[in-house]
Amino acid sequence: MKQFSGPVILLAILIAFPWAVQDSYYQHLMILVLMWIAIGSGWNLISGYTGQVLFGAAAFFGTGAYTAALLLNKLDISAWWGLPLGGVAAVILALPFGWISFRLRGPYFALVTLALSEIMRHIATIWESLTEGMVGILVMQTWVSKLPYYYIALALAVLSIVIVDVAVRSRLGYYFVSIREDQDAAESMGINTLYYRMVSLSLAALLIGLAGGLYTNYMGFIDPKVVFSLHDVSIMAILVGIVGGVSTVYGPAVGAFIMVLVQELIRTGGFGFLAWFTKTTGWPFMTTVTKYVSEAHVLSFGLLVVLVILYLPNGVVGDWLCVKKTILFRKRETA
Amino acid sequence: MCEENYTVPETGNSLRRYMAYFEARGITKFFGGLAAVNGVSFKVEQGQIYGLIGPNGSGKTTIFNLINAYFPLTKGSIRFEGKRISGLKTYQICRRGVGRTFQVVKPLKRMTVLDNVIASAFLHADSKAEAVEEAKATIEFCELTLYQDKLAKSLPIASRKRLEIARALATKPKLLLLDETAAGLNPSEVEGAIALIQKIRESGVTIIIVEHIMKVIMTISDKILAINHGMVIAEGSPEEVASNHSVIAAYLGEDYSAQS
Repeated sequence: MKQFSGPVILLAILIAFPWAVQDSYYQHLMILVLMWIAIGSGWNLISGYTGQVLFGAAAFFGTGAYTAALLLNKLDISAWWGLPLGGVAAVILALPFGWISFRLRGPYFALVTLALSEIMRHIATIWESLTEGMVGILVMQTWVSKLPYYYIALALAVLSIVIVDVAVRSRLGYYFVSIREDQDAAESMGINTLYYRMVSLSLAALLIGLAGGLYTNYMGFIDPKVVFSLHDVSIMAILVGIVGGVSTVYGPAVGAFIMVLVQELIRTGGFGFLAWFTKTTGWPFMTTVTKYVSEAHVLSFGLLVVLVILYLPNGVVGDWLCVKKTILFRKRETA
Repeated sequence: MCEENYTVPETGNSLRRYMAYFEARGITKFFGGLAAVNGVSFKVEQGQIYGLIGPNGSGKTTIFNLINAYFPLTKGSIRFEGKRISGLKTYQICRRGVGRTFQVVKPLKRMTVLDNVIASAFLHADSKAEAVEEAKATIEFCELTLYQDKLAKSLPIASRKRLEIARALATKPKLLLLDETAAGLNPSEVEGAIALIQKIRESGVTIIIVEHIMKVIMTISDKILAINHGMVIAEGSPEEVASNHSVIAAYLGEDYSAQS
């Protein structure tokens, strides 16, 4: 009973959140966090548990997003159908891709996934008759209120955590980790490693594709640069996984929260702190600083990865005991 | 699902020609121009411990890698229980009942010993509870119970070798390929390894073993195959092989062979 209480309390808080915090800006941030939980969980399955580093989460994210947008634009089907179908489309992309590229191992596989996302981005850019190219696709939002989006995103986040949790406790989880630890040994243990790597990749693609479909519906506008973005999607997915804790069920949830916060903090120049600082001090060079800080968020991601790998190699969740000790120690010191 | 069991059609031989339990027929492996294994044939009967010896680089481990399809065969065929297993994939061969251990042990490092064996036991288990039970029994059989909750990477070499065996046994093999299970162990651990191998044989598993420690191979083998440069140089009982001239020549040089 006790082991369930933590997640249940957290879920209750998340359900109550939009009623407690009416500000649509914070609701928007929480929707992003929930969306990133789904993407991070997907990344964690294939890269954290199965050990096949996915450097191109954007390929599946963008496929999901474009599926939703194109269904509306070309076939006049509600973009909400694009949410589940976006997941399906991502899986359809993942299957032949996995079958071909799982011949490669380690960094070579990672590079091919990177190539896949770049290929998809170029297709979306060049095939203007289908995708409108760089002009992008506009989808009318269904609701003005953020509440429905929030709860759909919450459902998606819960779904992804449940999928990961159930998967890793079962045969799948044991097989995934065996493949990560030693593919040859796994094969000699009677595990069809190609098949199980495909399963892992498909589950990951499904979750990431669903998140993509949600993104189109929620944001109302997509273009190739945004949804197939290397740093805003692919790298962010890796960061969510690493910061939160690789191969932990709740790692991506913590990672998503931290990363969206960090991203927003830098993008807005410390939630407007820099702008306020510039105004009050009146120093002219602060305008330049503000501009560079908000543009440098990709750089700061890199620094964050270096720090996390140095001090918390297993992420916040994986090294939780270590984090707790450090915090307690600090407290005692100041007291 | 890719879980289907391939059934290779039996060769329609009405005369029911005698078939060995395990048979390698002219297996050959070329790495580029180098014949690592060249036309090796041997038969293993059910319940035997079959030893494979030869100097370093003579192709013993390569034979194992050919049997479990870690490498594809260049030529020849391998039959097990009357069915051809050459041409199948590694995991399919494991499902047919051929387990193996690696000379350079491959523990799943960031998993506990128990999880290592559970992952293996899932092959013939329908539920997790069944796999756990099976794994625990196998761990007890291999006398690893003390280490069961330790991470595999923290084990000393003797226990790692045992873990390799436990993992192979958890797939319920009928034929077990042991690759230098006693290498790197101290004398008392070697005794333990011999006892374990004999215990495995008593449980009804046929064993093919590669070993450098003569004490091990001479005490437990029923039959020994000696190879050098990838070719068979002698086959027979331990005594026959130990006194064979070409075996002594291969190990100690022509001079010793001539003296004896």
